[in-house]
Amino acid sequence: MKEVEMKMLERAKALLESGEVARVVAWKKGDFCFDPSPAVFESVEELDTFVYDWFCGANLSKYLIQIAKKEGKTAVFLKPCDTYSFNQLVKEHRIDREKVYVIAVECLAKLDVEKMKAKGVSMIESVEVVDKDVHVKTAYGEETLYKPDVVLTKCETCNKTHQAKDEEIILHERPERDVNRFAEVEKLEAMTEDERFAFWRNQLSKCIRCNACRNVCPACSCVKCVFDNPASGISAKANDDQFEEQLFHIIRAFHVAGRCTDCGECSRVCPQNIPLHLLNRKFIKDIDGLYGEFQAGETTEGKTPLTSFTEGDVEPKDVFNGEAK
Amino acid sequence: MYRISKEKLNDLYAKINETSGLYIPVKRAGEVNYAVWGEGKEVSLETLKTVKSPKSMFFPQTENMMKFKTDGKNIEVIDVREQFDERRPFVLFGVKACDYKAIEVLDKVFLGDPVDSYYKMRRETTTIVTLACSRPEESCFCKVFDVDATAPQGDVTTWLDAEYLYWQANTEKGEALTALVQELLEEGGETEVATQQAQTKAVIERLPFSNLDLSRFTPENLNALFNEKEWEEMSEACLGCGTCTFVCPTCQCFDIRDFKTNEGVIRYRCWDSCMYSDFTLMAHGNSRTTQMQRFRQRFMHKLVYYPSQYDGTYSCVGCGRCVNKCPQNLNIVKVIKTLGGKNND
Repeated sequence: MKEVEMKMLERAKALLESGEVARVVAWKKGDFCFDPSPAVFESVEELDTFVYDWFCGANLSKYLIQIAKKEGKTAVFLKPCDTYSFNQLVKEHRIDREKVYVIAVECLAKLDVEKMKAKGVSMIESVEVVDKDVHVKTAYGEETLYKPDVVLTKCETCNKTHQAKDEEIILHERPERDVNRFAEVEKLEAMTEDERFAFWRNQLSKCIRCNACRNVCPACSCVKCVFDNPASGISAKANDDQFEEQLFHIIRAFHVAGRCTDCGECSRVCPQNIPLHLLNRKFIKDIDGLYGEFQAGETTEGKTPLTSFTEGDVEPKDVFNGEAK
Repeated sequence: MYRISKEKLNDLYAKINETSGLYIPVKRAGEVNYAVWGEGKEVSLETLKTVKSPKSMFFPQTENMMKFKTDGKNIEVIDVREQFDERRPFVLFGVKACDYKAIEVLDKVFLGDPVDSYYKMRRETTTIVTLACSRPEESCFCKVFDVDATAPQGDVTTWLDAEYLYWQANTEKGEALTALVQELLEEGGETEVATQQAQTKAVIERLPFSNLDLSRFTPENLNALFNEKEWEEMSEACLGCGTCTFVCPTCQCFDIRDFKTNEGVIRYRCWDSCMYSDFTLMAHGNSRTTQMQRFRQRFMHKLVYYPSQYDGTYSCVGCGRCVNKCPQNLNIVKVIKTLGGKNND
């Protein structure tokens, strides 16, 4: 990853120096080795704090809605999964493709420091990844964790490849894996209605209504969310342990259905670790089943299953009755 | 000082529960938060930081304040305070030193003039049992705010090691609770507690954020700090979500709204967040129109405005929840390091 980071830094410098771009959207170092933040770099000097490491899990695509509106061209480093969100935003005319220079960067799955801490590792000083081993130096000594155990949930079943690029910095190709991203959804489908209700009730009761899932979601790009609008009549700040209130997440899943690229940011940012991505994946799975396989964000053009009608479309009553094929 | 074997803790909880509601860190769907104790609940005293702080015990995220019923020209106002919290009095168990300090921060606001009667009622009927920390982690920085994580105050102070919970009453309320559970306690523990305290203090000294410099955050520097150009850069990745404010033990802002039901109108209040676009929305519009301004408000409030109002007390207690939970790793430590003073490098 160090080698990739160096190449990225070189390119960021060159692009800024030549004036080809006015700014670079990437990540900057935090206080530890595991807390980088998204950042905008406008000069070579600012690149002192540039970083690309195993903890750069954040999806930078949504920031471009605002940043790419600025004067000049914006360069951005996108991981495979991020490019789907980017394409979807281009498709929805939220980002002007001409104003963005996309540098596709390798990912190989990012680490989740919370999962590492849950394995009993604390006071982390440095992290090195060699194949599937995560070597961690802490104030208390050294430990080795098994990488698949401590990657971000969104990375566990990812098989995505770059769908947008003006150039690429990829030194190691990620091997194609045999993973089923719907495995968890299938488990929920296999439950009885009561069990499933209990599962979601238990999970969603933790919600503190911080809106992190909504605000980070590239598909949630409304200029003013209806729930933030006092004039909407349904403005809602109160968090309540009533299931009605928790319908918020289901309403949101409906709203992004057919547009959600499964980037998994909702679950990454949830302070209560609610597996919100499973709601979206259920919709994706259903859309695949009812209309044929579809992956939002693969292209920046073309019709989508939920926004185009064909005579062979499934009848709503068949879906409701569970008779749809 | 008393002690009780860890195996008997369930008996202790049950005993307390006979006469009071017991709020304690409980694991549910993988996360630990304060919740009402009951048989079968998975108590987790070992968890260093609950996701939400115990402030919701006194200042719930959502609470009904009153109800109105209209009948022709008559409006009936129904005081709902008698109806909720049936299980009062409460015992709030396992509060860490930082979170206890946070309650003192909230007291200054809610018990100062004008007194918030909802808060006061809960506060007065609650006995607080604190729990000393023995495994602080890298995101902790309570020392910066003069909090001693090894000797929290409260009505009763407890310490936990591999075998025992050690118990010391500090106030009349604490003595009363001790008397109630006396049969389960045995004398002893001074040496073990002293040893643990020394060990923990040594760890705290080595924590990376234990020596942050706050010297620039003074009322005199208000304008200079407000106008710093760094706010732009520090806030550029902010999502405008409310995570930091809702996990924060001292954030105290709320909104009051009316909710129409079939049986009249309910007036409720709920936590608000200065990160939100409709925060302090007024008839003329909003006084803060950018995320930078909202971000700046939060940290100026914690580090400058609040101390200016309350004798220099900061309204951050160094719990580090925002350090752990901000989706994009922005937090108060980064603000302190950038603007706090010369000794931050």
